Amino acid sequence: MNEFSKLNETTPWQELTEGMKIFTGGNSRDFNTGEWTTIKPVVNEEKCRHCLICTPVCPDSAIPVTESRRGTIDYAHCKGCGICAKACPFGAIEMKPVKPAEKR
Amino acid sequence: MSYNFKEWMNKPERLAPGHRMCAGCGGTIAVRNVLRALHEGDKAVIGNATGCLEVSTFMYPYTAWEDSYIHNAFENAGSTLSGVETAYRALKKKGKIDDTYKFITFGGDGGTYDIGLQSLSGAMERNHDMVYVCYDNGAYMNTGVQRSSATPMYADTTTTPVGKKSIGKLQNRKDLAEVIAAHDIPYVAQTTFVQNFKDLHVKAEKAIYTPGAAFLNIMSPCPTGWKYTPSDLLEYCKMAVETCYWPLFEVVEGKWILNYEPKKKLPVEEFLRGQGRFKHLFKPGNEHLIAEFQAEVDRRWEQLLYFCNR
Amino acid sequence: MGKKDRMSGNEAVANALRQINPDVMPAFPITPSTEIPQFMATFAANGLIDTEFIPVESEHSSMSASIGAEAAGARTVTATSSCGLAFMWEELFIAASNRLPLALTLVNRALSGPININCDHSDSMGARDAGWIQLYAETNQEAYDNMIMAYRIAEHKDVRLPIMICQDGFITSHAVMNIEVLEDDVVKKFVGEYTPDDYLLNKERPMAVGPYAVSGFYMEAKRQQAEALRNVKRVALEVAAEYEQISGRKYGLFEEYRMEDAEYAVVIIGSAAGTAKDAVDRLRDKGIKAGVIKIRFFRPFPAAEITAALKNVKAVAVMDRCEGFSDHGGPLGADTISAMYQANLNAYAVNYIYGLGGRDVKVESILEVFAALQEIVSTGKVGETYRYLGLRDRKDA
Repeated sequence: MNEFSKLNETTPWQELTEGMKIFTGGNSRDFNTGEWTTIKPVVNEEKCRHCLICTPVCPDSAIPVTESRRGTIDYAHCKGCGICAKACPFGAIEMKPVKPAEKR
Repeated sequence: MSYNFKEWMNKPERLAPGHRMCAGCGGTIAVRNVLRALHEGDKAVIGNATGCLEVSTFMYPYTAWEDSYIHNAFENAGSTLSGVETAYRALKKKGKIDDTYKFITFGGDGGTYDIGLQSLSGAMERNHDMVYVCYDNGAYMNTGVQRSSATPMYADTTTTPVGKKSIGKLQNRKDLAEVIAAHDIPYVAQTTFVQNFKDLHVKAEKAIYTPGAAFLNIMSPCPTGWKYTPSDLLEYCKMAVETCYWPLFEVVEGKWILNYEPKKKLPVEEFLRGQGRFKHLFKPGNEHLIAEFQAEVDRRWEQLLYFCNR
Repeated sequence: MGKKDRMSGNEAVANALRQINPDVMPAFPITPSTEIPQFMATFAANGLIDTEFIPVESEHSSMSASIGAEAAGARTVTATSSCGLAFMWEELFIAASNRLPLALTLVNRALSGPININCDHSDSMGARDAGWIQLYAETNQEAYDNMIMAYRIAEHKDVRLPIMICQDGFITSHAVMNIEVLEDDVVKKFVGEYTPDDYLLNKERPMAVGPYAVSGFYMEAKRQQAEALRNVKRVALEVAAEYEQISGRKYGLFEEYRMEDAEYAVVIIGSAAGTAKDAVDRLRDKGIKAGVIKIRFFRPFPAAEITAALKNVKAVAVMDRCEGFSDHGGPLGADTISAMYQANLNAYAVNYIYGLGGRDVKVESILEVFAALQEIVSTGKVGETYRYLGLRDRKDA
């Protein structure tokens, strides 16, 4: 966890950052938004051709790309909007219910 | 400026996940794809007007921004970033900074068309080397869907509610891209999420790398305010362009350029249908309202063709 | 220790800024502070300073751009008066809460309406709770000296707060006085380079400014700001001591004039303190033990120090060049008299509203105030504590 992400609502005023500024980038990764959803995109690996069209349409930066190949969907942050599933030209993404046990 | 989709997708992500925007938000799609136009190695300072984007992407102690970021207030994203950009020039002149920085500020239509218009106008007129990006979702969504001057005619909003004696907002939307183009700045463009983002990416790169002030107006659908199924976002973008409700154009050094002309201009119903904010237009007896909406779309489209010497 | 010169208060501040050579100055003209940005734009145009001048389209934008520039790591200054400061209102709080040590040279002028271009303190008093350091000048010399000390106080690591350097519109801003100006290199060395730890353009690590903070954080954020303002008193005295070394001029949080055995005191801010001192001299010649406390720092308010200076007086008149519209008195009155109560002082206290919209304050006016204090002490009757000075009143009122 990023050091700034450790600041919380029990932190004394003396230990909060000066002027409430944060001196790092992208530590929102430490905040889980995946638990907001009841459905999630599931990729059919056989159908996926790694065209990457699902990547830019994601509002949650949850579909990573490494060396021109789609990576694993980031369920800790995916909010289940389903835009990627509709965007996929190969029908490789299906929205499926999240089982209660999978909620994190 | 070349465009290779896969190459672009390989670029590092500059807006981290974990922000609190709604599921299916168009705002962050706009942000991610604009930031992807930054060249690797170039640093950036991001500005942001108060709005959904700000309260959701920098909620203490979490920032979603990989780059330096400043939110000041609702009405002053333009002038705030003009101060940052000037500081960069001052410190560079004194030899205190050697890296290359780019300056990009984001505002919703409330912070851009309305309360922040003066600040934006000043920053554009002074021709600071910065890009102002409006993610236009056509209402004050952060406070609960109140009308803005970007709200289209007849939209049902919480301050132009449809009722027995009301058909929604009575006025046409302001054409802000045209207003900003009249500032005679080097680059103005309007786009949305179509063509696998090619139009957006190319325009964002031009906006960032054209010296001087640039303005991008990006239609960014809001499932919460427009009241549609979130997964349908791309369809609404496509229909906005195919009906000529949201044309794709640029104004480069004062010259208007049409970037896309549909082979067959679709009727505006194709864009309006399915959006809860326009539901009342499809009630029997309201056909004339759609006809008026269509007439306004047609008038603007003809005007754009004229500007573009078509 | 420098050289004698004669200049207006605006010119004095502009010359201090020329010597400081800040990185960025966004500004918008408004009487009576307009000359300061004019001087600075001209210095820049002639290559006398490196400052990037931004001719913004409003004061709201001058403060907004100042916040952006200061956050970016540039030493920043702006100037304004009256409605210009009021237009910055929201931004003043943001500059302070972001802990940005930018400077605003304020030339005090009455707020509209009716529109009036002359001096009173309603503009800066309206901003007294914004979290800024506020310091005031009696003379052109003090305006110059305060400007040179300003960044050393504001940028101190225990402070890092914006600072408002105030002087009286027209009375000092436009009146030419003899002043002593330090050598450029002395000022440069005294003020030093601005080297913030963190700033937007710091390539070592990014910085995010201006978060949304929920209730679980907001109150702690304010407490932290309050601590920084509290630290100003110590830092300001340290800076003043160092400044005395280069200038020979001594500054405190406030000035005590003939207070050592005073029985009657006037507490006052700005140029009218000079008038009050003249009144005191005349009274002293007659054997009346009168004195003046001239506020230099109004924010933070040196409550304990002021009450210590007042502990032996019999009656105090607190002078507000600002109508507080509390139906009770003005802001200096409220702060001073509540501090006296907390310090268990037994002196009588009244609060005068004076000099609004440039209303002249003469030695005779202040003598009238001292006469009233003597009357209160001799009769033991305070009467109305919320008073006006120099007001045209109906005869039968």
